[in-house]
Amino acid sequence: MPQANITMKVRKTSDSTCIVDIIGEINAFAENALMDAYTQASSAGAKNIVLNFTGLEYMNSSGIGLLVTLLIRTNRQKQRLVAFGLTEHYQQIFELTRLNEAITIFPSEAEALKTVG
Amino acid sequence: MGNLDQEVSEKRRSEDAWAPPTSRMKVSSAPVEAMNLNVEGRQPVSPLQGFGQMWQKTFKIRLSGVDMTPEEVMRIWKENFPRFQPPENRFYPPMSGIKPGEVVLIEGKVPPLPGMPNILPVATGVMILYADAEMFTVMCPEGHPLSGWNTFSAYEEDGVVVAQVQEQSRASDPLYEFFNRYLGSSAQQDEIWTHVLTSLGAHLGVKGEVVMTKVLIDPKVQWSAAKNIWQNAAIRTVLYMPVALKRSLFRRSSASPEEEISG
Repeated sequence: MPQANITMKVRKTSDSTCIVDIIGEINAFAENALMDAYTQASSAGAKNIVLNFTGLEYMNSSGIGLLVTLLIRTNRQKQRLVAFGLTEHYQQIFELTRLNEAITIFPSEAEALKTVG
Repeated sequence: MGNLDQEVSEKRRSEDAWAPPTSRMKVSSAPVEAMNLNVEGRQPVSPLQGFGQMWQKTFKIRLSGVDMTPEEVMRIWKENFPRFQPPENRFYPPMSGIKPGEVVLIEGKVPPLPGMPNILPVATGVMILYADAEMFTVMCPEGHPLSGWNTFSAYEEDGVVVAQVQEQSRASDPLYEFFNRYLGSSAQQDEIWTHVLTSLGAHLGVKGEVVMTKVLIDPKVQWSAAKNIWQNAAIRTVLYMPVALKRSLFRRSSASPEEEISG
């Protein structure tokens, strides 16, 4: 089975917010890394999870499926999931898959943090 | 090839694997015999826009003894995609094949009640959201029984190629959810993917067992999506049947005697 080619780093920016830096590829094999990062952020008490896509190298349709699953988990825990750092191409993919209707996309980390706190 | 060239090439490959940006589905070509209903102009829908509980179902078959790469298996799968469907499902892929952005028209038949034969027609379709050498994903339009997507993939596991179908979806509206929960539509859908994988295995000379896992991602229904019922493809197909019958009779009556004799 192909190996996951992804690294996730969780940064706590306030009592209620964590940023997850995504570096590498999001595909079916990134599930454990993504869910581990989410668990780490939740354990730190995050009510806002901010996904940083500036280090994203590649994402396929399985990766979009993982983001949907993550979104449902955050919704069930009454957490907010937002994103920044998406290239124009992946912003279009968010629109095509209508993920942008549920995950707010910001142009930068500063603007994301300004909104979610 | 230099690193930069390789990076540019890989980026282009991945971007080309996605359907071009669109908010409405467009049927580029449809065979005359296809009803071509409930797809043109419809918005693609993810699991987020559906009504029912959200499920992730994974179906796998290990293709033991098949001396092929995942890419080769996927090429065969794409080329024979309609043939691997059960007989009650008719798939009309585009002439260009499984390509991102194209639409595959579907005509299925479902039982009106459990235990009854498949007589109720449903005309719908799916858009190819993503396609690369090892996988492709189709996304449903508004009105389709499911809101969401199915991913067909092949990969290697412990030296054996595995073919997989993964469905991530909700029932689109309350009627479909009722059918799924109480009238066996969900089980019928499971049988379709089992049939597809069994057919693929048989085509490759393998009699393997299909293993299914189901995960309930979201147990809640989304009442805000109950209005989706206005787009219900099954209801609209039944309402369209008199028109389809009239057209079919018109085609027959306008055909020349020679065509009727030879046809």
